[in-house]
Formats: sequence, C-alpha cells, structure tokens
Amino acid sequence: MGAPHESAARGYEPVIGLEVHCQLLTRSKIFCSCSTAFGAPPNSQVCPVCLGHPGVLPVLNRRAVELAVVLGLALGSKIREVSVFARKNYFYPDLPKGYQISQYDLPLCDGGSLQIGTGDARRTIGITRLHLEEDAGKMKHAEDGSGRSLVDLNRCGVPLIEIVTEPDLRTPEEAHDFLERLKQLVQYIGVCDGNMEGGSLRCDANVSVRPRGSEALGTKTEIKNLNSFRNVQRALEHEIRRQIAVLESAGRVEGATLLWDATRDRLQVMRTKEEAHDYRYFPEPDLLPLVLAEEWIAAIRGMVPELPEARRARFVREYALPEYDAGVLTATRELAGFYEAAARRSGDAKLASNWVMTELLGAVKGDTERLRNLPLTPERLGDLLALITSGAISGKIAKAVFEEMAVSGGEPGAIIEACGLSQIVDPDAIRALIAEVLAANAPQVVDYLAGHERVLPHFIGQVMKASRGRANPELTNRLLREALEARRE
Amino acid sequence: MNLCGMSAHALRDGIAARRFSAEDVVRAFLDRIAAHDGRVHAFLEVHDTEAIAEARRLDEEIARGSEPGPLAGIPIAVKDNICVRGRGTSCASRILSGYAPPYDATVIEKLRAAGAVVLGKTNMDEFAMGSSTENSGFGATRNPWSLEHVPGGSSGGSAAAVALGLAPVALGSDTGGSVRQPGAFCGVAAMKPTYGTVSRRGLIAFASSLDQIGPLGRDVQDCLNLYNVLCGPDPRDATSAPGGHEVPEGALLQGVRGLRVGVPWDWLGEGLHADVEAALGRSVEALRQAGALVGEVSLLDPSYAIAAYYIIATAEASANLARYDGVRYGASARGAEDPAGLYTGTRSEGFGAEVRRRIVLGTYVLSAGYYDAYYLRAQKARRLIRDDFERAFAMADVLLLPTAPTPAFRIGEKTGDPLAMYLSDIFTVPLNLYAGCGINVPAGLSADELPIGMQLLAPRFGEAALFRAAQCLESRLGTLGLAPEPAET
Amino acid sequence: MAITRDDVRHTAALARLALSPEEESAFLLELNKILGYVEKIRELDLAGIEPMTHGHAGTGSLRDDAALDGLSQEEALRGAPETDEGHFVVPQVVRPEE
Repeated sequence: MGAPHESAARGYEPVIGLEVHCQLLTRSKIFCSCSTAFGAPPNSQVCPVCLGHPGVLPVLNRRAVELAVVLGLALGSKIREVSVFARKNYFYPDLPKGYQISQYDLPLCDGGSLQIGTGDARRTIGITRLHLEEDAGKMKHAEDGSGRSLVDLNRCGVPLIEIVTEPDLRTPEEAHDFLERLKQLVQYIGVCDGNMEGGSLRCDANVSVRPRGSEALGTKTEIKNLNSFRNVQRALEHEIRRQIAVLESAGRVEGATLLWDATRDRLQVMRTKEEAHDYRYFPEPDLLPLVLAEEWIAAIRGMVPELPEARRARFVREYALPEYDAGVLTATRELAGFYEAAARRSGDAKLASNWVMTELLGAVKGDTERLRNLPLTPERLGDLLALITSGAISGKIAKAVFEEMAVSGGEPGAIIEACGLSQIVDPDAIRALIAEVLAANAPQVVDYLAGHERVLPHFIGQVMKASRGRANPELTNRLLREALEARRE
Repeated sequence: MNLCGMSAHALRDGIAARRFSAEDVVRAFLDRIAAHDGRVHAFLEVHDTEAIAEARRLDEEIARGSEPGPLAGIPIAVKDNICVRGRGTSCASRILSGYAPPYDATVIEKLRAAGAVVLGKTNMDEFAMGSSTENSGFGATRNPWSLEHVPGGSSGGSAAAVALGLAPVALGSDTGGSVRQPGAFCGVAAMKPTYGTVSRRGLIAFASSLDQIGPLGRDVQDCLNLYNVLCGPDPRDATSAPGGHEVPEGALLQGVRGLRVGVPWDWLGEGLHADVEAALGRSVEALRQAGALVGEVSLLDPSYAIAAYYIIATAEASANLARYDGVRYGASARGAEDPAGLYTGTRSEGFGAEVRRRIVLGTYVLSAGYYDAYYLRAQKARRLIRDDFERAFAMADVLLLPTAPTPAFRIGEKTGDPLAMYLSDIFTVPLNLYAGCGINVPAGLSADELPIGMQLLAPRFGEAALFRAAQCLESRLGTLGLAPEPAET
Repeated sequence: MAITRDDVRHTAALARLALSPEEESAFLLELNKILGYVEKIRELDLAGIEPMTHGHAGTGSLRDDAALDGLSQEEALRGAPETDEGHFVVPQVVRPEE
C-alpha cells in the first residue's frame, strides 16, 4: 500500500467493491459458433443466433464453462453443481434479443478471494460470485453529424465471466492493485488475454464512504465505463472526494449510476436511483440448468496451472532464490516456465535466475509475451549456463554466445565451435600470450617488480584482449603471477 | 382420382408405385388452394413455383430409381411461425411483414430430407397468441365446416387447410392447445408431441418452456408418420431430449386391449356442450368395446393450470418478443429521435392488441415487487400440476377427455372478452404445463354439423400408447373426410 | 392485487409500448379481469414446492468450441430497415447504457 489516502486524513474511509468482466479466450461465441476473433469488418462474425433472429436458440459453449470454472478454482470459489442461466431484460441497440443471457440467483461460482499488496501490507479481498454471460455489441456515432448511431454485433455473444468482489477494498490504489493482480491471474491461467484497453477486461466500481471506525456502510454509487486501470483509480478518487465533500457539508449521498468521462476527467450522472432499471430477471427457458458433475470439475481442476503465489513460494523453497528473484520470475506464466526449464537443465538455479532476469528479459525488452516467438529455447539456455558452470566458457563469452542464440536459436556448443569461442585452458598457449604481453609492456613490468601490484589487472586485460576473451581467467591469473615472479630472479 | 381427398400415406404409396407423380400431387393441391382458399384464408403465402420445382426434382429421383424418402412428394402446409429460408415468415404479425429468415427450421430440414414439399405458410393468431385465428395481423381464417365459425387457433390456418383438402398434412405449434384445439374445431387429427422430442429451432418462440411443434393430418397414421420424421434430438436445441422417440408404425395395429384409460370426470361438469358430452360417451364406449380398461382419474382443477399458464406464457413471451425492435429486420418506425422512440413506435404499430396485452401482462408479472406473487408462484403451481399428472399416469396409461368444451364458436363471439377466449383452452393448457403428449381425434359432428374432437393425453415420451389409443378411437368413430366445399356466401 | 392505470402505463413503457388513452382504459379493465382470475393460484398450498423453471427436468446439452462461418455481412444486413458502412443504424444514442 502506498501513502495513506488523503481521505484517511479527513477521517473518512472509502468502501469499494468491483465488478469485473473478463472476456474468455474461446474460439467461438458463448451461445453460437461465430468466431470471437477481434478486428473483423462490422457484422461479419454474426449468425441468426447472435443477431437475435426469430426462432433461434442458444447452445452453451463447453469451453466457456471450463475456462470460467478454471478461474473459479484459481480464486478458491465454490463451484455450484447446478447453476441456472437467466434473462436480464432491457432494451438497447447493442442487445439484439432485448435481453442478455446471464446468471442471476444461481451463478456458476460462489465465494473465493484474491490477495493484494505485498509483505506486511498483504490483504485478502473477498470474491462474492462469478457468473457467465454474453457480451453485447458495439456502437459508435455516425461521423456525418446525422444524429445516428451505428451498431456492430460482432462482439455480441462473446463469452464473459463477471467477477463481483466483496466491498473489501479501501482505497483507489487497492482497487488498482486488485485489478493488476486479477489481470496477472487471468493471463497466467490462460482464461483471458487481460487487455483492458482492448476491452477484454472491463470494470465497474461501487463506492461509498463512511466515518473512520464506523461499521455501517454509506450510500454507494456505481461507476461505469472504466476502461483502464488508470481510469478506475482516477474515477474512484474523484467520486470519493465528491462523496466526502457532500458528507462534510452535512448533505446526503444519493444512490446513482455514474459514468466516467475519461476525456474530460470527470463523472456524470447516468441515472438516479429512481430511474434504476427493472431487469425482470427470470430463468432462461431455452437453456436447461447447467450441471457440473464432480468428475467434470475434477478434470477441469487438472487444467488449472500452478498459481503465481504458489509458484513464487516454491521457487524460494525449491531453488533457494531470493524473494525478489522469485517475484520477478513468476510475474508471467511464460517467464516462470522458461526459467524453470532453463534452471533444471543448467543445474544452477541462481545462475539461471540471474541470466533470465537480466539477459533474457533484456532480449525481449521485458515483454514476456515475446518469449513465445523467441528462437532460443530454455533447454539451450540451460546448456549454455552449464558450460559456464563447468568452466568451459567464461561469463563474458557466454554473453556473446547468448546474443547469437537469441537470434538464431542455435545450440551453444555449435556456436562456440563455429565462432572459435571455446576457452583456452592450455597453459602453454596462455604462457605464450603472457610472454607477448609482458614483452610489449616492459615499463609496467618494471613497476610491478618495484612492488606496484595494481598493474596486474592491466596485464590480465591485455592477455584477454590478445586471446579475444577466450583465455581461462583463473589460469591466466595464476600463470601471469608465475611469469612476473620469474622475472625477479 | 381425387388426390386432394387422399391421406398422405395413400399419396406416398401412389407416388412410390408411380400411379401418379409428385408433380401431379403438388399441382392438384395448388389448384385446390387457388380455387378454395379465398373463402377460408388458410394460407398467408403459397410457394407454388418452388413446390412444383421440388416435386419435379423428386419425380426425377424416383425415376432414377433412388429410394424415395418416407414423405416423398407429400405436400405440407407450414404454420407461419416456422422458419422457411428465404420465404416470408411473419407469425401473422405486421411487425415481421417482409421478414425472410436466413435459415430453415430444423423441422423444415427434416421434412425436406424426407422428401416433403412445402406448399406454403398458413395463417395463425399473431405470434400464436389466440384460440381462434382471429388475431392474425392479415385477416382471420374461417372454419371450412362453417364460414361463420372460427377454425380454432392458433394453428387455425393449418387445421383449415387439412380439413378442406388444401394440404394433406400440416405443421402447427402447440403452446396451450394451439394444434389440438383447431384440430378439434376443424375435424382433423392433430398431435402435440412431448416437450423436447421435436426441435424448436426455427419455431418462432411464444413461450419457450411450453411451445412444441406438432403434426396435423387427415388421420392418425399421417400424424404418426409425420411425427416420426419430426422427432429426434437436435444439438442446436439445448432443450431437446436425448434419445430416439420414434413410434413404430406397428403400434397402430396393437389395439388397446388392457390399456388403462382414465377420464377426468371432475373436469367435465358445467359448461360442457351436450353434443361434446355425447361424443365423449361414444368414445368411452368405443375404447371399452376394444378392450381398454376405462376408469376415472382425478386431476387438479384445470382453472389453476389456466392461471399458471397465463402467467408463465406471457412472462416468457414478454422477453421472447423484445427482439422485435425495428433495428435488424421487419417493420421499423424510422424517424424517431432516440432508440426508445424507435422501439416504441415500431412495437406499438407492429403488434396487434392481443400481443400487446400479453406483453404488458408478462412484463407486469415479472416486474419488481410482483415476481414472487405471480411468476414464482405460477412456477410452483406448474410443478404441482406436473406432479399431479405423474400421479394420474401412474394409474392410467392415457387420459381421455374432450379437446374443447364446445364445438367451434362463432367469429367475433369471444374477441371482446380475452378471459373467455383464454378459458376456451381449459382442457388443452394443463398438458403443456406438464410437458407430456396429446392428440386430438375427430369424434363426429355436432347437431350443427360442426366437428367435435376428443383428446387423448399420455405421459412424457408416451407417444406409443397415445397413437395406439388414437388409432383405436379413429377406427371406431371414423374420420370425418373433407369438409364440404364451402358454398359461395 | 389490482393493477392501476399507472401500473399499466409504467409496464407498457417498460415493454416499449405506447397505449392510447382508450387502449389504456381497455387494458386496465381486461388485465384486472385476467389478474383477478389468475389470483386463483393463491388458493394452492405451495409451501415447500420447488418452482418448475424449465419445460423438462433434463440438463442442458453443450457444444464444442469450434468457430464456424455464420452469415456474411451482406446476409446479416439484408432486410435491415437502414444500414450504413456495414452497420445497423439507430437514432443517436445519447449515453452508453450498460
């Protein structure tokens, strides 16, 4: 947690809950076989079902259920054996059927939690529920000033999971942190690409404030249209300030739905409590109850990868890594997997950690998504590191080999061979190089013999240079001292 | 040879034996439609060009010696709430005028695969909401037996078409009796399959948990043959029941010896037309003589079913009909200032009074504060009714009762009193809540020369017993034959 | 539980239906008559009974996650009352809703 929020100083405590919509990584939509691929021309990934034509029926996508359950299991939720879809009725041009198929009183998952913060500031944020629903289409204003809106239904029917948190968050920073953690998690377990700006992760926030120390909840408002983590934080800051100002002036906060206008950096009232929708939820008669038999849940459990928290702890325990290293290495599933494979192959977990954190992350400019397209495999990195450990090459040579491997994906031994980069460990060869260097640096030899040992690194550098870095450093050091001492006689 | 007076199975045999061609058959019906439909208005659209082309194609196939499908060359009239690709499908509603679905309903795919030829689309109560076909947005259908009377509804066009020999068989849909009751009023065999046995994909929804497509034919065997083509699981309808549910044709020959037939005498007191009561007596006697064990069963007062039905059906309809918003297809009130104006304009102009009344009722019973009092209570009542049927079917294999309390009523007789209209379905609605199967079998004419229908009901997936009993009743009571050709008025 | 004229008006608006004053009066009468009738279900003892939420008691079938071609843009927009650059067109939306 950062510095105490300004509201704390004024004696008020914000209470925040989030509703996050995650677009699930399926190939096809939740209730029909249209593609979910992004960026197609408008209304080209549609069919009678998602267009809401007369007579069509929804059929649930098995994969959407599995991904939602994977997330439920990762959040420690209770998976409901029988869950029921419901129609949420409202009219809007991006909603072709006039109702959204969602879940209401019997959602897919109940409960669960997610950790935020680090160290002593770690907090557990409760999850109320998770449920499956379909996305709506997209609208935009016609740019010709004709006062019309244009509707594209490609996104209509893309599977979403809605995650509702308990009102456990206390600051906009915590809300931001929660979203970061959730994003990391959904990406890690492969249920969502986590791209908030692209719309695959969307957030609404509920917020109220109360006098610090009070148990009772204040009147909350709901903020919609928060399409970036920054906007979540900004909008919450604004709304908390506003609510405190209302309370300070002895006013009453009115329940309302607000809309965040990111371009103007302000909130506007979308509807007041009196205008609240009457969604008339009722069980969707076209979809029979979804039954998750125990065997199916068990099979899905097998699809849940080791979660970041657990993996971090295991890295510390199993590989004796510092907390910091383990944290960096488990930031994404790709990186953690790469590291672990390289470490096992190399036989030196700490060396592997150093290399992965500096060289490898450098090679992908910190973007672990790029690991997928990197020609270098973790096994070959492990082989390279093993060559360092065995003394076959120096760290410096290894870096040169690494750079070549990152581009070509080649096998380290072959690259070393091809470029003549293998270490010189033949004492006679090194002695010959030392003789050359000493001959060319007679004044420094005199200095050394006069007791100025600080010139030693200079000689080593010269030998390394002459060997193009291939001379074994320890051997060079020992033989150099021998050669210089021999001159005293 | 009067092709139009023959049953579908007789036509199919004739085509297979090349006594006449599929084209002969199709042309005969098209001619008869041209000559007689003007007076009853059973059809909204006739697909003459396609029907002739399809018949020719079938004739060529048969000439080449390929095995004709079970319905090869059989013309079929299709209720206008079943999607036929590229052809007008309006549910007899102005809001869908000009709408041509981009897909075939699953039942249409199955019919085509079986060799049936779609003749055209039949009139109905708008969105299947009605019991007289007077609520059509395109003018009422008249009863072929008496043009002053209604044909029943909502599948009035299909029933009238079969009764008058404008089509040998037809498809209807039954949400609260909409296949069986017009079957009774027009004197044709008309069946409602078990909910889940026939795919609803492509059936424009009225009430999703109650709707079921069903066959109408001039005799029980035609209904059976058509049912066998229509039934079966559909992966594109998530409510379709797994497993095969075909009934072997041999079931019709099994007779009813030992079959337990229950009559709910409690239901049959006041308000039962004397001629209907007499027909019931004849039916009981016929079954008894054939060896059935006829006894009394007690069932919950059907007025509870009417109450629950008008809550559940209108609630589901209020959501199902929300998609008609003037944005993607159908009628549209252009020139509105905002989307709400577009919706309100389109829907207020596009829907007829009964549809609007039911949407308001359905919206009301789902709205905040009324859900528990109405909708939830109705769903509990529905389970009570279902359990009541299950109990009754533990004691009887089939139930026997009139399809409607009276023969067809006069045009305009009940239009001013929605509740009286709703109560005309009192004997058919309970079965839809239970979700079992039922069939109307013609049981002679009233003193006024109007058809009377008897209804057999069977448990879920009890179609075999249903058809057995129906065949027995039909063979003892006789079919009515074609309605007399209407005289010029 | 009688339905009032305000209820009728409010409910119609919720369903995006406009009623003329005459229709409003007619609906008020008819709906009250119908609701009066459906009140019958209050006579049933429904204590401890689970609501029957679906047409039958089975469980939903699922589909595999395979993307298939649907309609082309042209097919999707065919029959739309107004289109522009591959979009459906509605009067301008003043503010986002959901």
